[in-house]
Amino acid sequence: MKLVTAVIKPHKWEDTRAALETVGVTGMTVSEVSGYGRQKGHTEVYRGAEYDIALVPKIRIEIVVNDDDVTAVVDAVVQAAQTGKIGDGKVWVSPVEAVVRVRTGDRDDTAI
Amino acid sequence: MTGPALTSVALAPLAPAGLDSGDTAWLLAASALVLLMAPGLALFYGGMVRSKSVLNMMMMTFGALAVIVVVWVLVGYSIAFGDDLGWGLLGDPRQYAGLGGLMDPDANGGSSVPLILFAVFQGLFCVITGALVSGAIADRARFGAWLVFIGVWTMLVYAPIAHWIFDFDSEGHVGGWMANRLGVLDFAGGTAVEITSGASGLALAIVLGRRVGFGRDPMRPHNLTLVMLGAGLLWFGWFGFNAGSALGANQTAAVVFVTTLVAGAAGSLGWILLERLRDGHATSLGAASGLVAGLVAITPSCASLSPIGAILMGTVAGVVCALAVGLKYRFGYDDSLDVVGVHLIGGIVGTLGIGLIGTAAAPTGVDGLFYGGGVDQLGRQALGGGVVLVYAFVMSGIIGIVVDKLMGFRIDEEHEITGIDLVVHAETAYDLHATAGTRSAGTGFLGHAQREEN
Repeated sequence: MKLVTAVIKPHKWEDTRAALETVGVTGMTVSEVSGYGRQKGHTEVYRGAEYDIALVPKIRIEIVVNDDDVTAVVDAVVQAAQTGKIGDGKVWVSPVEAVVRVRTGDRDDTAI
Repeated sequence: MTGPALTSVALAPLAPAGLDSGDTAWLLAASALVLLMAPGLALFYGGMVRSKSVLNMMMMTFGALAVIVVVWVLVGYSIAFGDDLGWGLLGDPRQYAGLGGLMDPDANGGSSVPLILFAVFQGLFCVITGALVSGAIADRARFGAWLVFIGVWTMLVYAPIAHWIFDFDSEGHVGGWMANRLGVLDFAGGTAVEITSGASGLALAIVLGRRVGFGRDPMRPHNLTLVMLGAGLLWFGWFGFNAGSALGANQTAAVVFVTTLVAGAAGSLGWILLERLRDGHATSLGAASGLVAGLVAITPSCASLSPIGAILMGTVAGVVCALAVGLKYRFGYDDSLDVVGVHLIGGIVGTLGIGLIGTAAAPTGVDGLFYGGGVDQLGRQALGGGVVLVYAFVMSGIIGIVVDKLMGFRIDEEHEITGIDLVVHAETAYDLHATAGTRSAGTGFLGHAQREEN
């Protein structure tokens, strides 16, 4: 089992969710986060004073998947969230030791 | 057998001769409109600070409202509008103390409105002026010290200046020196309200010093929708402020209503036009600020200009104030919400502008320089505005320093970084997380948890 974490541009969230559903993902955890990468934030002007705002709003998606599905899920996110411009985000995959479904107590692969 | 004639005699108005119901009704409504400017200002200022200090910002306005209204009734009105004690500098503080004497209908003199109504109308001007000052010291002032400051300031700064500017001579009454001897034109408070608040704010900003991270941290407005709503409420209330200053439901009030309307609109346009050309974007904060800048400049001049003159006045104020708000970064004083840039500078624009584009066709009837009136009125305006600026700055600075020495005016640096709302008021403005905690059993007075004093 793997945890797929994706940080993407907020306006790509709907496209990404649709793409994930087409590859069979039935659930995910989504949070509104902020951060920066090479994009290094943006500039805002208040009463003529310019502020460099380092943190940019992003959407973080977390999905736990079976090993076999990892490539399809990662590809779906990358394809859907890509604009080709700086600030598109990142996707990374990490190992997961155990998963339990709270309602039934099911474990691991059956709990996904 | 009660006939109609008898009924009408029984219900005949008890008002003494001279009192006008139309004038009185308008001044009652106008006073309530001026009061609405206080929550309007609280929203305008509150939206501009960071989310950790919005409650304190609003509390400085509501606190000023509470203190000033009480001080004004007790002694402030007397200092401003009592019989002059000498040289037109100060009214007799005992004459109307407590306003009890004004309950008598015979106390109204020849006025068409009850004098006690005039007294609270003027008191609400003091409320707005005092509340405006707080914008210069956002995020960092101890609340108790602020309340003490503003109470003393009402007696020593605002009331004397109001006496100079607003207290006109009448039969058996001697008023202030600027209104009667110098001949300064200030219909609704460009000097007494705008220049006074700006100069007092500048003094306090210097006494308290800069906020932690000033010029380095992005101190962005946390909620510009509040700022827009606040600016709108201020505009609405400003009709009471300016048109109410006609002290009657008459032609002057109507002319002033129009100049107030167009100057606000033109100020907004002037500010966002400058922003669009200089920074590339017309911002909502700019539109709200320009609106207020235009209103500030029309406050003294609302009865001295033609409607076209008011458009010109508003536009110039919007542009000049948009440029002036950058001064604090150049000179290094932390006038947090630009009381100097908008109210002091805008007040100067309006006060001097009367000497330039005032027209004899307007209610107060003096021609400025551009209408062939020469530099006479301009000189009077400059002297009056300059004296008010220096007096408000010096006196507010002295009161601020004394309050700081006696009780400490500024919160700890650590508390400032944590956020003044939480430390000083034990509250946070926004609960965005429903799982924040549980009710404390507490062991303090009445079961409330004891919190660190600040």
